[in-house]
Amino acid sequence: MGEMEQLRKEADALKDQITAARKAVQDTTLEEAAAGVAVVGRVQMKTRKTLRGHLAKIYAMHWATDSKLCVSASQDGKLIVWDSITTNKVNAIPLKSSWVMTCAYAPSGNLVACGGLDNMCSIYNLKGKDGNVKVMRELAAHTGYLSCCRFISDTEIITSSGDCTCILWDIETGTQKTSFAGHQGDCMSLAVSPDFSYFISGACDFTAKLWDIRDGNCRQTFAGHESDINAIGFFPNGQAVITGSDDATCKLYDLRADQELITYQDSSIMCGVTSLAPSLSGRLILAGYDDFNVNIWDSLKAERVGALAGHDNRVSCIGVSADGMACCTGSWDSFLKIWN
Amino acid sequence: MPVINVEDLTDKDKALMEVNQLKVEVKLERWLTSKCCEEIKDYIQAGVEEDTLVKGIAEDKNPFKEKGGCVIC
Repeated sequence: MGEMEQLRKEADALKDQITAARKAVQDTTLEEAAAGVAVVGRVQMKTRKTLRGHLAKIYAMHWATDSKLCVSASQDGKLIVWDSITTNKVNAIPLKSSWVMTCAYAPSGNLVACGGLDNMCSIYNLKGKDGNVKVMRELAAHTGYLSCCRFISDTEIITSSGDCTCILWDIETGTQKTSFAGHQGDCMSLAVSPDFSYFISGACDFTAKLWDIRDGNCRQTFAGHESDINAIGFFPNGQAVITGSDDATCKLYDLRADQELITYQDSSIMCGVTSLAPSLSGRLILAGYDDFNVNIWDSLKAERVGALAGHDNRVSCIGVSADGMACCTGSWDSFLKIWN
Repeated sequence: MPVINVEDLTDKDKALMEVNQLKVEVKLERWLTSKCCEEIKDYIQAGVEEDTLVKGIAEDKNPFKEKGGCVIC
């Protein structure tokens, strides 16, 4: 038997062991456990604000931690920082590369970041002395597109890439601290745990991986999706992960049971999930789809309890503000909408 | 901290990495799903009353309320 063949057999045997270990702790499903809980009432949200100004498809948005400001990235080559309450543009930052795919707001509110087909993550200082927003660092090392980025602090950021890896960067020196390799397909999305000690990545190998930020190790791998995972987020208690996939479903995986607890799907939904965000308590999961809609799921009952219809093209990004008061959607129709 | 260039890895390197990763994952201590489901339900129950997107919000308390009308003082 060749070495590759031997390794493949070994991997299959280990996977079977893991499947058995997961089954051994599966004494109930979330559906059974929540059988006594009533479905949440119909959720009807209205568009409260429309943020107009981008001239092309919006690919990403991220709320600032103050629940008021947010940043969006569009292939018109701009990052715009918005005051979501007044709808004013606080900053309009021209980008060197217009092929942007992701953006992020630092928890401090001092920095924003973006990246895309330039394979780099560019960090911008919003609080520079002369009031001008300038590039502070260009983090270059990925050999594929930048799909997602999230700040840990003003000095550290994590990026995910089409080169199948994620990287933890030291922003001050502009160098890689840790590389997270293991996915066998493009990494499409990442999310950081509420306590900043872990992050999760979703990839085109149909799996999600949980990584320890400090020691660089992959702790757990979650399979089950039948296509690329485009969107990923932590359940608000930090102990479960929500994924959205091109297979038209979202799934909830629990970290401590190391398995899927429930799938959010409907036979009438046949298009991919592009984005997702849980509500403050975790009771609702808002998911954006390729068919221009956002479906709102009751997370315990896996029933659709509402929809946000209002965009004229794909909903590419969605985010719920930190205080849970509003949801923001960004679309290929060039608009962002604030809903509650 | 290790910095890995994925492009330098051969197929055999990747297969070995996968096996080593699975050896780590097989050792995980797993909780009963019943315990995990209870925790999720409890967490939601504890926060749902304050969850604006679930409960809704009165117009006058909504910071995003649409501006409307004129007021003559």
